[in-house]
Amino acid sequence: MLSLSWYLTFAAALFALGMYAVLARKNAVAILMGVELMLNAVIVNLVAFWRYGNPMDIAGQAFAVIVFAVAAAEAAVGLALIISIYRQRDTVMAEKIDLMKW
Amino acid sequence: MNATPIIFLVVAALTLVAAFLVVTVRNLIHAALWLVATLFGVAVIFVLLDAGFMATVQLVLYIGAIAILIVFAVMLTRRVMQDVGPQRNSNWWLGAIVAAVFFVAISSLLWRTGWPALPGGDVGDTVLALGRSLVNPDQYVIPFEVASVLLIIALIGSIAVALPGKQSE
Repeated sequence: MLSLSWYLTFAAALFALGMYAVLARKNAVAILMGVELMLNAVIVNLVAFWRYGNPMDIAGQAFAVIVFAVAAAEAAVGLALIISIYRQRDTVMAEKIDLMKW
Repeated sequence: MNATPIIFLVVAALTLVAAFLVVTVRNLIHAALWLVATLFGVAVIFVLLDAGFMATVQLVLYIGAIAILIVFAVMLTRRVMQDVGPQRNSNWWLGAIVAAVFFVAISSLLWRTGWPALPGGDVGDTVLALGRSLVNPDQYVIPFEVASVLLIIALIGSIAVALPGKQSE
């Protein structure tokens, strides 16, 4: 019998790995991959809570669908920004993108 | 004998190994391919949770669209892909400590909380209920429409941002 804690622990581990990528990677595309991992962990949480709560109430899945749409928008805009920065400054290293640094 | 726990443990372990490779491997194309493996494992987790529609959306949207978009972004910024120097910034150990502390804190809380047990009975077909709830004015039609407006804005915005401007020519 699989309890809810297993799914939540899996999602927490996925989220922590994404967090590490966001905090430690240099390449902006790798940072975006970390953000995708974190969003996916959140969706796993939503679906697990839906399943273990009241499966007849569809709210959890509807919420997850909205998160999917937001993740798609985030990926499109983020990658467009990275490509634009690469074109202008010839780098995707997060440390070298310091145009707005005071 | 219920096989779900065994499938869950195997798939979860493989997914976490793939996710670890995503965040540590040097070559970004390899990282993107490991990201595809991770997203596929999460789709299997959705199937185990009786959310078939979520698994389909995960395959079509995440693997079919977002992962391929990331592969394209890696290829378009190719010159720095075989980059010299470290892939991690100088404070990477701080990030590792923060992530590890976060995971330990969350999971210790998770295992101390009394969660409800899995509701019995067959969940059945949830796609119909989900589709109805997304167009029902009493339920989630407003978030659904706002999400579609958000996608249009993101589409136009990313075209406008990524389009080569006059000053960059």
